[in-house]
Amino acid sequence: IGHPEIFPLVFTTKTQEIFNCRVDEDVTEENCFKLIKKEDIIQDLKTRATISDFHPVKKVVLEYPGEELLVVFDAKFQYGQNFYFVASEEAKENLLKPPETAEEKDDDKEEENREETPEIHPYKPPVHKPWVSLGSEKEVEEESVKDTVTKIKHMISRVRRKFGAPVTFTDKNASHVKDSYVECTSYQDKTFSIKMLEKDVGVQMVPKVREASTQTKWTYPKNAATQYFPRQLSNEEKEESLSSEKLKEFLTSVHLRMEIALQQNEIMNAFFDDWKALAEDESSSGGKPDVYLKAYQSFTDLRYLKDRTISCICWHPTIYGTIAVSARAWLSYEEQVNLFDKSLLQQSVILFWSFFDPIHPQLMLECPEDIYCFQFRPSDPNVIAGGCINGQVVLWDISQHEEKLQNAKTVADGIKVTAVNMVNASVLNILQYIYMSPSLMQVQQSSTEPPLVRYCAVSSIQNSHKKPVTDIHWLPDYFEDNRMGATFENRAEICVQLVTCSPDCSILFWDIPATKLPEQPSSEKVEEEEIFCMPPDVPDTFKHLDLCWKPLIKINLHKSDTTTEYNPVRISLKELHYHYKTSEKVQSLDTLEVPAKDNPYTDMSTPSSKNLKVLENISTDFFVGTEDGEIVYSNWKMEIDSDSAKPHTQKYTIHTETINTLQRSPFFKDIVLSVGGRNFAIWKEGVTNGPILQSSCSAGRYTAGQWSLTRPGVFFIGREDGNIDIWDLLRKTHEPSHFQNISESMITFISPWIASPKQHFLAVSDDLGVLHVLEICQTLSHPSRNE
Amino acid sequence: AEVEETLKRIQAHKGVIATIVVNAEGIPIRTTLDNSTTVQYAGLLHQLIMKARSTVRDIDPQNDLTFLRIRSKKHEIMVAPDKEYLLIAIQNPCE
Repeated sequence: IGHPEIFPLVFTTKTQEIFNCRVDEDVTEENCFKLIKKEDIIQDLKTRATISDFHPVKKVVLEYPGEELLVVFDAKFQYGQNFYFVASEEAKENLLKPPETAEEKDDDKEEENREETPEIHPYKPPVHKPWVSLGSEKEVEEESVKDTVTKIKHMISRVRRKFGAPVTFTDKNASHVKDSYVECTSYQDKTFSIKMLEKDVGVQMVPKVREASTQTKWTYPKNAATQYFPRQLSNEEKEESLSSEKLKEFLTSVHLRMEIALQQNEIMNAFFDDWKALAEDESSSGGKPDVYLKAYQSFTDLRYLKDRTISCICWHPTIYGTIAVSARAWLSYEEQVNLFDKSLLQQSVILFWSFFDPIHPQLMLECPEDIYCFQFRPSDPNVIAGGCINGQVVLWDISQHEEKLQNAKTVADGIKVTAVNMVNASVLNILQYIYMSPSLMQVQQSSTEPPLVRYCAVSSIQNSHKKPVTDIHWLPDYFEDNRMGATFENRAEICVQLVTCSPDCSILFWDIPATKLPEQPSSEKVEEEEIFCMPPDVPDTFKHLDLCWKPLIKINLHKSDTTTEYNPVRISLKELHYHYKTSEKVQSLDTLEVPAKDNPYTDMSTPSSKNLKVLENISTDFFVGTEDGEIVYSNWKMEIDSDSAKPHTQKYTIHTETINTLQRSPFFKDIVLSVGGRNFAIWKEGVTNGPILQSSCSAGRYTAGQWSLTRPGVFFIGREDGNIDIWDLLRKTHEPSHFQNISESMITFISPWIASPKQHFLAVSDDLGVLHVLEICQTLSHPSRNE
Repeated sequence: AEVEETLKRIQAHKGVIATIVVNAEGIPIRTTLDNSTTVQYAGLLHQLIMKARSTVRDIDPQNDLTFLRIRSKKHEIMVAPDKEYLLIAIQNPCE
């Protein structure tokens, strides 16, 4: 209780005996202190362990610093037990000493005092400590109320006599007063106001702003124009000034400067950017690896092109995206021999395809027989001439359908009939005709069927070739030849003449008389209607020629030493450059002459033939490729003097099989490409000992070839296995620079075309009747510099 | 005449496309081009020469324009001015 150093203990008798603190013998009330040695206690603890009375305080005992422990007899059980054990030295001393002193001193004191003092700590009166401030002064100060300002004392005094004056009260009605409210208003007493003598003022300058608006008067606008024309001197004035002295002086002084400048330019182009030019060459010669022909479209028709092979392709010269193909039936050799015995189950046609409608052909031209080759007329793309398998030449006029072809976007619905070219030649000769009833084919009006155009003229059978017409060309429009063989300038600028060749050893020149406006249309029409019963829909452009058309000139090709004849398959004239749009001035022109017989014509006069001047410079040389693989270079100039009756010809045998292509380069007029059999060759006119380039024999047969229209060194060769070889002479001359497979069957014809500056197409046809249109990639179509 | 000969000589140079002689008012006197083009060239170049000449003289009054060459992508136009006349030549420089 209370004192932590006091531990009450129970001493058993045994313990008391051991330690000599028996009650009432050793330890009495008066002499209650007993000092026991610590060692004894420890020993007792060891011997008696838990039974020892000191066990509860074992720890304290062990820790006790001193030697002797104090045990006090507690007679009054103040601490609960009969003994209590004092644990600290201090307490021991306190207990021992003061009570002893107290005992000594106050022996006389009462026993209570003695008992109390050893139990309680000696009472110490509180020592006066200095006050430690803990911060409460501040709070005290804050809480206290003090006068911050010294109180102002006012003393108000008034004159005494004013006090106590009698007061009178009056009544005033509240409503009389404004607001029913009377107050004693405060007023500013001047005596108490402080005058401000100095003031801090800021000043800002601001422009005076004023908003104003105006309205303009809106008069209606009027268009005003001025017409002017440049001042020009009349001729006399010009003459006058030209002869003036001043001009002479001027020129003498000036021309030197001018010549220097001109010469400078001639010597060198000062602004030529070599660096840029180098870069351009680099890009083209480095070459993209992916030179190829991109498949653009392919056309085929199941009805008309079944079991047929395409014999010729022609692009429409003016209408974009239109291409015509002619089909030819597959004939074996025996059938070809017995040409007239076969009976065609299918009508042979020329089909017109348009890019915009790959499924339906746009137009169909009916042919009397299979067409081997055909061409558009350069001056008038509505006229097409074709050569048949039986040797006839056929003409079509599609001017009715021209608009339709131009508008061919989707399936046509109906035919727009444009004004039919009702042009009849006024000059008509009475010639022999063979009257044949043409098979009537109605022009189909349904929207799914392409319109069928019947041919409007066919040459007479007697006077045509005996064998299939294998090549047909329109002669350029700036010359035409008459039956005498001299060429004349063609003022009309329309192509009127054709040349055809055929393996029957002949080359025929055909003439289409110039069409003139009819002077007596009605009578002629009546006349014609009597003679012919033509179906009403067919344009009668060439009606006069129908079935009575005869060639103008016929050339027979004879071999020089033997009497055998050549069988020309392809012909290439020198002047076969067509100008489709406008005629350009051509420097070199040829004259023609004809050997052999010419047909007896009665006055077949071309109009204005007398006024035309004879052109001297046209070369009459031409190349002919024959069936046997020979290239013949000949001249059809008619020798007026009969000394040298035979025209000088040269022949070359390079190819082993039939020549299938003979074409002039579009860039060089004297370079010719010939393709036949297993190789091809490039010839130059004037080089007579052989081709300038000849390819080696290749594995497959070459079946078609064409020069590229844009790059002078590039040409395309088609093969038997459906591949196209692209040869680029500037890169490699011993093998094709690129080849590409187009179809599985033999390539029959290739035709390149430039549709727009960016799109160059190559039309390729194969044996199965499929027309592939491929897009030529940039590297193949754009020439590099100085190519 | 001499005039003819000189003009022919200039025209015969390599690459020369056209030659025009213009009087002081800008009216062409002699030309090898067609009329409309000539008139256009004469009018435009006349103004240009006036401008060029005034420029040169503004900078230095003692100076005067002797020759003007305009090089364009396609060809070069050369003008030789005088007090009363202009000689214009258009040449295609060879590369």
